Amino acid sequence: MIQAHDLPRLLHASSGRPLTLEQHEQAFPIGQRPGGLFEELEASGLTGRGGAAFPTSRKVRLLREQRNHHKFVVVNAMEGEPAAHKDQLLLSTNPHLVLDGAEYLASMIGAKNVAVAVARDNPSVVNHVTRALHERERRHRRGPKFELHTPPWRYVAGEESALVHWLDDNESLPQYRPQRPSILRIGHSPVLVDNAETCANVGLIGRYGAQWFRSLGTEQSPGTTLVSVTGAVARPSVLEVPLGERVRSILAAAGADLQPRALIMGGYGSGWLDGRHVDVPYTSQDLAPLGASVGAGIIVVLARDGCGIVETHRIVRWMANESARQCGPCAFGLPAMADDLGHLAHATRDASAALQRLMERAGLIEGRGACRHPDGVVRFVRSALAVFGEDFEAHRQGAACAGAHSRRHYATVPSLEREEELIWE
Amino acid sequence: MGVRRRAGGFTLAVNPILCDGFGHCAELAPDLVHLDEWGYPIVERTPVALSNLSALESARFAVRGCPRQALRIERVAEEERRA
Repeated sequence: MIQAHDLPRLLHASSGRPLTLEQHEQAFPIGQRPGGLFEELEASGLTGRGGAAFPTSRKVRLLREQRNHHKFVVVNAMEGEPAAHKDQLLLSTNPHLVLDGAEYLASMIGAKNVAVAVARDNPSVVNHVTRALHERERRHRRGPKFELHTPPWRYVAGEESALVHWLDDNESLPQYRPQRPSILRIGHSPVLVDNAETCANVGLIGRYGAQWFRSLGTEQSPGTTLVSVTGAVARPSVLEVPLGERVRSILAAAGADLQPRALIMGGYGSGWLDGRHVDVPYTSQDLAPLGASVGAGIIVVLARDGCGIVETHRIVRWMANESARQCGPCAFGLPAMADDLGHLAHATRDASAALQRLMERAGLIEGRGACRHPDGVVRFVRSALAVFGEDFEAHRQGAACAGAHSRRHYATVPSLEREEELIWE
Repeated sequence: MGVRRRAGGFTLAVNPILCDGFGHCAELAPDLVHLDEWGYPIVERTPVALSNLSALESARFAVRGCPRQALRIERVAEEERRA
């Protein structure tokens, strides 16, 4: 058994190769869980690790109350964020822990099928999962039936309704859900969608119980989380840290500059954190007042010689291109915002008017899409306006900051694809 | 025909996926719907009282006049409207 205060938990016994089922059972022996599975999950206070930090037990309770014969558990390892590598790492070090967690979830809600969704653009992860599923099949274990699904890699394809839409109908497009919380369905069968890291945590809670789980982390956000640190760092890496760890020590562990200009916290739909706030504890509660979040566990470090506006422009332009183009405000509004940011980033003559337009459009677009993709971009732009206020002022007046001339970029942004080349099915 | 209770309010809800920006709703219910620069509707989020019959009538026109059937009238309970 892993001792309660030992780190790493999720990446325990990782050796650079995925653990086989035997190795996995040795590394994570079945422990003494004090109570029932669902009671332990509720007591653990586990929140979703995919970005929204929704309490997992509430989701499970909602699905438990559904009286259907067929239910599905979906393990979401799509990882649409270009700067995130945690699900990929988790599935290529310990796929069986994730699958165990999915099995626990399936037994809690009474699901007979588990779908593991991995983006097809990541063939090595697909291979690892395929191998892990074969290993399980050979064991003839009782339990749910596992299936591997490989949707295309798109930013919004990892959104839960888009993922369920793909499983249902082979289209990675988000669905309109006026009532929330809503239950997603494949056909008529309700679906529980959980991030791969959440599933791995459920796998640990199912083994060792809530008290063990809560021994790391804070009261309100217990447990550990995987953080992908990229950008201006000496060692871009995925680290497992207890929640509540200072951001400074995460940066130090990745070999980053400890006085960065700013950090992207959470993901490209989340927000910027001013570099002065590196001493904040890494929890959603502490980051929320500063306009950032834990999100999908992403930290992108912007060095002092970087320009936040140029980075924001690159990211928003890509995010605009990743829109599913289903809703008008997102399909037209996000490119318009990206254009405005382009004027500001290059400090053109139109920059002053562009800033005005940008702020107006941010207010117009918010909350008018079927999914939260446009809201995320608006939040990102707003936090950029707050954090880089002085730089925006300089750019507006036509004097781009020094970072804009240096042509160094820190955030990972995939190359833009033409609209007709985007694959959705 | 029973007596309709006119307590509570309503809002218009757009299904943004269905909406293609025809803009008929803004002409049929100008008090409830405005168009953005791309021609997509921005609906009033504060609920209108159901007792406001002319507003309800125009909202119904907008719902029926939508070529994509993307609009819906959503009733809001009195307590929520106050809150």
